[in-house]
Amino acid sequence: MANAANDAIIRVRNLTVGFGDRLILDKLSLDVKRGEILGFVGPSGAGKSVLTRTILGLMPKRSGSIEVFGINMNEADDRTRSAVERRWGVLFQQGALFSSLTVRQNIQFPVREFMKVSDRLLDEIVVAKLTMVGLRPETADLYPSELSGGMIKRVALARALALDPEIVFLDEPTSGLDPISAGDFDELVMTLQRALGLTVFMVTHDLDSLKTACNRIAVLGDKKVLLVGTMDDMLASQHPWLREYFHGKRARAVVA
Amino acid sequence: MREPFVNGNPTLEQTPLGAGVALRAAGEWTVHHAPALEKIIERTERSGESGRSSLVIDVSQISRLDTFGAWLIERLRRALTRGDVAPMIAGLSPDYASLVEEVKRVKAVPEPARQPFGPIRAVEAVGRSVAEVGDTLLGLLNMTGSILHALWRVILHPSRFRLTSTVHQLEQVCWRAVPIVVLITFLIGCIIAQQGIFQFRKFGADVFVVDMLGVLVLREIGVLLVAIMVAGRSGSAYTAELGSMRMREEVDALRTMGFDPTEVLILPRILALVIAMPILAFLGAMAALYGGGLTAWLYGGVQPDAFLSRLREAISINHFTVGLIKAPFMALIIGIIACVEGAAVQGSAESLGKHTTASVVKSIFFVIVVDGLFAIFFASIGV
Repeated sequence: MANAANDAIIRVRNLTVGFGDRLILDKLSLDVKRGEILGFVGPSGAGKSVLTRTILGLMPKRSGSIEVFGINMNEADDRTRSAVERRWGVLFQQGALFSSLTVRQNIQFPVREFMKVSDRLLDEIVVAKLTMVGLRPETADLYPSELSGGMIKRVALARALALDPEIVFLDEPTSGLDPISAGDFDELVMTLQRALGLTVFMVTHDLDSLKTACNRIAVLGDKKVLLVGTMDDMLASQHPWLREYFHGKRARAVVA
Repeated sequence: MREPFVNGNPTLEQTPLGAGVALRAAGEWTVHHAPALEKIIERTERSGESGRSSLVIDVSQISRLDTFGAWLIERLRRALTRGDVAPMIAGLSPDYASLVEEVKRVKAVPEPARQPFGPIRAVEAVGRSVAEVGDTLLGLLNMTGSILHALWRVILHPSRFRLTSTVHQLEQVCWRAVPIVVLITFLIGCIIAQQGIFQFRKFGADVFVVDMLGVLVLREIGVLLVAIMVAGRSGSAYTAELGSMRMREEVDALRTMGFDPTEVLILPRILALVIAMPILAFLGAMAALYGGGLTAWLYGGVQPDAFLSRLREAISINHFTVGLIKAPFMALIIGIIACVEGAAVQGSAESLGKHTTASVVKSIFFVIVVDGLFAIFFASIGV
């Protein structure tokens, strides 16, 4: 079922977002296709996080429409919205783990809220998710303040995947990970994407991730999506920022 | 017993297959059906099919599979494994193969750490709280020493004194606190006067309300009330600020830059509080007297002239100084407790809340204890 349907699972049209007099996004349009891993890049401060947060409904928009699973989020009532929210998972940049809950409770939290399943299955699912994200089961009873930066990312991914969502939003998932862990993380995202037919919306600056994990790349700049395409399209582009980004010093080792 | 195969409900049928048995799974094996799936799996686990020589779990009819479904199949496979003979999983679509492989890596699930039995925990909690009292006192001493040390260094090198920060804190804890402090003490003054007149009238002793109001407000109520308000308003703010700075490693950042957090963060706050408290206590006392006088006039018919001359007879400068002299000490206690609690905040939001609460509760407790000690002291020296 993965990659079977090429329809857009997220459809953003003419989205305008701003604070006060300042426009962050101006009539931006973007499609995310079902089953793909979309890498989202752009200069710092270009509004990548703003777009993600607007799609997630954490930030108000001035105009435009956002459709997720074919449901227009503007017109959706609370029940429809919450049904949509159960079908996506979010990995925040800093993890956003609940600091007063253990890892186990963090991962179980969304499942416990929505499903009536036994404690045994909940515990098993925690171990399964932790194993999937490459952590040992003993991690389950630690508190977020006792975890390292990389472990926080992994636990946050495990929590984002707790309800086996159809879309996951990853905000800089590999930042702060060592290159080996980052590679494993990309591998993991690809495995899950294949297995679960997952759609991944990934804000990242990791060129390795862009190259190995992403099916398509979207570039944000000048308040719009400058270019959407494959890595080859990015390399062929003559846009100055893209040339600097994909052909610069740091890129050469990866792309060449 | 089994749910029929409609709306993608998951099913698991047992059918004979050669010498053995095939378990045919169908439907949606996903999180949305997790409660039903779990029942099916538990029923099959109990049914004891493990004795069969050949057992096949046929998953070809599964329309959707996610981690929950894959894990439950894996759990079934493990439960039905005897010795080295594991059931075969047949008909797995390539899309799901990697997911099933993922859950195979899941090791045995460890038991969560169980809490000890009730009475033992209660005894443990008592022991811990007793030890905490000692820790609190030690923490207070430690912080006092640290503040005195920082103060001594600032006195030796006055250029290290953080004037801007102190003035900023002074604005927060003094200037901005004036309206609420004045309002509340004014109202309390009104209430004391009203109750005094109401009760004293029975003995025809209305006018003594002025004595009561003057002594009570200047000696005790004014400063105590203000101290409690300051503990709730500024002490809690100090704890929350220092605590969240600790959580976000801002305190560590200061230290690595060669600054002493006590000197930079704590000393200006405590100094501001020590300056602010007498001012607030004075304003509070005045507001309470004004409120009392107003009530005495409007409710008790005591003319302002009479009130003032009675007040002049009833109180001496001693009452006033006894009240005000306590203010800086109370400020010191509130500030030190707030800073100790702020420095004790751990990584979690819950811990921040706990220490902010502890800061206010302990401050108020110690303020009242100190007020009592002062009362004994002044009584014994006859002031």
